[in-house]
Amino acid sequence: MSSEFLEVKDLYMYYRTRMGPLQAVDGVSFTMKQGETLALIGESGCGKSSLAKAMIRLLPRNVEVFRGHIYLDGEDLMEMSEDQFRKTVQWQRISMVAQAALNSLNPVIKVGEQVAEPLIVHKEVDKKTALEKAREVFSLVGIPETFVDRYSFELSGGMRQRTIIAMALIMNPEIIILDEPTSALDVLTQANIMNLLKKIRNESNISFILITHDVGLSSELADKVAVMYAGQIVELGDAESFYSSPLHPYSQKLMASVPTLRQDKTPEYIPGAPLSLINPPEGCRFADRCASRMDICSKKPPLVDLGEGRVVRCWLYAK
Amino acid sequence: MNNEALLVLKDLRKWYRIKRGFFGRTEYIRAVDGVSFSLNKGEAISLVGESGSGKTTLGRTILGLEKPTSGEIIFEGKDLTSLDSKTLAWYRRETGFVQQDPFGALPPFMTIMRILEEPMIINKVSKKERRERVYRALSEVRLTPVEDFVKKYPHMLSGGQQQRVVIARAIILNPKLIIADEPVSMLDASVRIEILTLLRELQRRHNLSIIYITHDLSTTRYFSEWIYVMYAGKIIEKSRTKELLKNPLHPYTKALLQAIPDPDAKNRFVFREIPPGEPPSLVNPPKGCRFNPRCVFAIKGLCDEKEPPEIEVEKDHLTSCWLYADSKK
Repeated sequence: MSSEFLEVKDLYMYYRTRMGPLQAVDGVSFTMKQGETLALIGESGCGKSSLAKAMIRLLPRNVEVFRGHIYLDGEDLMEMSEDQFRKTVQWQRISMVAQAALNSLNPVIKVGEQVAEPLIVHKEVDKKTALEKAREVFSLVGIPETFVDRYSFELSGGMRQRTIIAMALIMNPEIIILDEPTSALDVLTQANIMNLLKKIRNESNISFILITHDVGLSSELADKVAVMYAGQIVELGDAESFYSSPLHPYSQKLMASVPTLRQDKTPEYIPGAPLSLINPPEGCRFADRCASRMDICSKKPPLVDLGEGRVVRCWLYAK
Repeated sequence: MNNEALLVLKDLRKWYRIKRGFFGRTEYIRAVDGVSFSLNKGEAISLVGESGSGKTTLGRTILGLEKPTSGEIIFEGKDLTSLDSKTLAWYRRETGFVQQDPFGALPPFMTIMRILEEPMIINKVSKKERRERVYRALSEVRLTPVEDFVKKYPHMLSGGQQQRVVIARAIILNPKLIIADEPVSMLDASVRIEILTLLRELQRRHNLSIIYITHDLSTTRYFSEWIYVMYAGKIIEKSRTKELLKNPLHPYTKALLQAIPDPDAKNRFVFREIPPGEPPSLVNPPKGCRFNPRCVFAIKGLCDEKEPPEIEVEKDHLTSCWLYADSKK
C-alpha cells in the first residue's frame, strides 16, 4: 500500500521477438500526487509509449512479460482481471490521448457522437444525456458547441486535437496520459493546445502524464520530470531542479541538444545511438555514449536517492 | 562572405487551378503569391512558416519541379522561367534537394552505392570517377567505414543515416544550391542537431547556398544567416537571423517566437498569447494584409483594405506591415 495517489513500482513489459524478449519497460518506478503533471521525456524507442500502453493496459499481442504494481489511490491495478480493469479503470479513471490520434477520428460519424460514445458504452447513459455532456466538454476545450454535429474532415488539425482531448475528458478521469499530443500540429496550434491543457489543469484536479521527446515542450506542463533511456527511468526530479541542473549524464546531453531561442548557446548532439533492448548489457545502458564513463559502469548502476524527490540511476552519484 | 547573388526571385507566383461548385467554376489556390528575394553565394536562408504557408511549394518551384505561374527565377544570371532542356539539365546539376522523409526519398531496392551513382550515370561520369566521388561524399557525411555502407540498402540504416545518404546524393554533383525541405522534422531531437551541424559544415566547406525550409524557428539560429518568414503565400518579414530573433517586427513573427518554449520550469505557469483563428484560405485570401483578421494591432480601413508594402525598417530588416509605414528608412 502506498500513501501516494499514483505509485508505479517495478513495472516490466517485454515484447516477444524472434531474437528474444525486447525489454521496452524494464523496472520502472515513480510516484505522483493528485493534480500533478509528470513529463516523461526521452528519444524514440526508449519505451515511453510502451509505458503508457502498460499503464492503460492497451497491450499489443506480442507481450511476453507484464508485471509489477500500479497503485491508484492505494489499490493495485495490476491485481485486477482484464474484465474488471476494462470496466472500472480503462478510459474511466485513466484515459489517454494517443499519438497522432487526430487522424483516428471516424470520418463518417459526427464528432459529437464519437465524443459521447464512451459514456453510452461504459456508463450506459442514454444518447441524449451523453450528447448534452459532449456539448459541455466541447465548450470546456474551446470548441463551439454547435460543432458536435460536424464531421472530423470539417475541422482543422487544432480542432481535431481538441476533440480528442474532449473524448479523453468526458468520463471525468483522474489521470490523462498525453502521448506526444502536439507532434503533428503547427507551432501556434501547439501553443494553443498547451494553453488549453494548462487551463484544464488549473480548473480541475486532473493529473497528466505528458510523453514527449521535446524537452522545451515538456516544461510547458511538467511539475515533475522523468527521463527515460533504453527502457528505464534514469532520472526523476521536480521541474525546478531538473530544468536548471539535470544530473544524469544523459539528461545533461539531452538538455544540451535543445536549440534555444533566448539563450546564446550552441546545441550539441549526443554521439552514437541507443542500444538494442534485446539482451541489453548488465551495466549502465548509456555507458557507450557517456563522456564520464568509469570502469564501474559495466556493473548495474544503482538508483541513487538524493532526497527531495530526486532520483538518478548513475554510478557518479553513488556514495 | 561574398556578396554575389546566386539566385534571384522576382515576384514569383505559383497558383494551382481547381474546379469548384456545380458549374465547375475555376478558382486558384495561391500557394506562392508574389515572392521576391535574392540569395548570395555561400549563404543560408531559413524559410520559416506553418503548414500551408507555401514554403514547400516555393522550394519546389525554385528547383524547377513546379512551373511558376508568373515571375522570374534567375540563377547565375540566367532566367530559368524560359528553360530549354539543355539549360534545365545544367540547372539540375547545380541544385540539390534534401527531402523531409529520407526513407521515402531513397529507392528501397537500390544499394547506397547505386543510389549515389545514379545522378552521375545520368550525367555520364566515368565508372572510376563515380566510385571515387561516392566514397568521398560518404566520408563527407561521415558514413564511415564507407566500404560497409556502400553495400547496404536504405532499410538497413537508421533515420539519421538515411538522411545522410540523401545529403550525400544532394551534394554529389557539386551543386551550388541546396534546398533542404524540413530535413530533420522526422528525426529525433538529438539527431536533428547532428544533421543540421553536418549541413552547416558542408555549406562552409563548399561555399554552398542553402535554403532551409522549416516550421521550427528554434533551429534557425545556428544554421542560417537570414530568416524569411512566410504567411499565406507571401514573405512577410526578412532579416538577418540574430536580429530577427532579438527584434521581430511583424505581429505574426512575434506570435511565432512567443509560442516556442525554451526548457524552463516557469513555463508551466505562463499562458502564451496566441493570435486567434487559423491561417486563411489560399483560394480567397483576406483583402489587404493576409494576417489582418487575426492581428490584434490591425488598423481598420487600412490593414483590411490595402496590401502592406515591404518596408525596410532597419538596415537589412524588412517587413510587410502597415504598423511600420512611418518608420521607413
